[in-house]
Amino acid sequence: MNARVFVTLKPGVLDPQGKAIHHALEGLGFGGVNDVRAGKLIELDLADGTSDEDIEGMCRKLLANTVIENFRIERLETAA
Amino acid sequence: MKSAVIVFPGSNCDRDLAVAIEQVTGRAPAMVWHRDSELPEGTDFIGLPGGFSYGDYLRSGAMAARSPIMRAVSDAAGRGVPLLGVCNGFQVLTEAGLLPGALMRNAGLNFVCRPVPLRVENSQSLFTSQYAAGDEITIPVAHHDGNFQADAATLDRLEGEGRVAFRYLDEVNGSARSIAGILNDAGNVLGMMPHPERAIEAAHGGTDGRKLFEGLVEAVAA
Repeated sequence: MNARVFVTLKPGVLDPQGKAIHHALEGLGFGGVNDVRAGKLIELDLADGTSDEDIEGMCRKLLANTVIENFRIERLETAA
Repeated sequence: MKSAVIVFPGSNCDRDLAVAIEQVTGRAPAMVWHRDSELPEGTDFIGLPGGFSYGDYLRSGAMAARSPIMRAVSDAAGRGVPLLGVCNGFQVLTEAGLLPGALMRNAGLNFVCRPVPLRVENSQSLFTSQYAAGDEITIPVAHHDGNFQADAATLDRLEGEGRVAFRYLDEVNGSARSIAGILNDAGNVLGMMPHPERAIEAAHGGTDGRKLFEGLVEAVAA
C-alpha cells in the first residue's frame, strides 16, 4: 500500500519561502494570488497492513516537526 | 575536562570546535561519530558542532537528532552534563526535543554570514558566567536556518525563567524576540546560532567567544 503525507506550516507561522514564491509569481505577471504557503509531500511505499497509528507515529517522530508543522495522511489503495 | 564533540556526516565546524576546546581547556576532545552509541567514560562536556548534518535533509538537524549517538547525548544531558549546540548543533537540539522551539529559514531568505553584535542576557549559566549580564559582544554567524520561533507561551516562559542567553542587537534572521541562544530548564544545555568557537584568538578578528569556554572549564572544575 502507499500513503502520502502532506506536511504544511501551521497557520500563523511565517513562511519566507512561500512569500518569495508569491513575489516571484507576481514578478511573472500572475495577478490575483492572495497568498502562497510552501510545504512538503512525502510518498511512502508501505507493507500491507501498516496501521494508521504507525503512519501517524512516523509523522510525529520524524516526518513533521509538530512545533511548527501540521501533517495530513492520505492512504492510497494499491491497484491489484 | 573530558570533552566530546559529536561528528555527523556533513558537520563542518567540528574541527573548529575541537580546536577552541583544546586551546581553552588544554585537552583535545574525543571526536565521537554519530553511529557510536556511547560517549567516552567520564565525558563532562559535549559539543554539537555547526555544519549541514545529513545535508539538511527533511529539516536542518532532523536526521542528526535521530542518529544513534543522540540517545547517549540526551541521557548525559539528563544527568546534568553540559551540552552546547552551535548553529546546526542548536538545530539538532531543538529537533531532539532537548530545547524548545524550532529554527526556520531566515526571514530574509539569505544565508547570513558575518560577525553580529549580541547582548549577554543571562550571566548566571555555566556557559555565560565569565560575562556580565548586559555585555555586548561580537560573534560570527553563518546560517540559512537561524530564525528561532516558538509559540508565545514558550517565549514568555523562556524570558521569564532567564533562559534567553544571548539576543541579537541587529536584525539578523527574523528570530522571535531577537533570540540568538537559549538554555534548557536545568541550565546545562545551551543552543546558539552564533559561533563562539570562531571568536577565540586575535587572528579570528575577535575573542569574544573565549569566555564561554573559559566559563565551562570553571563550571566543570567546580
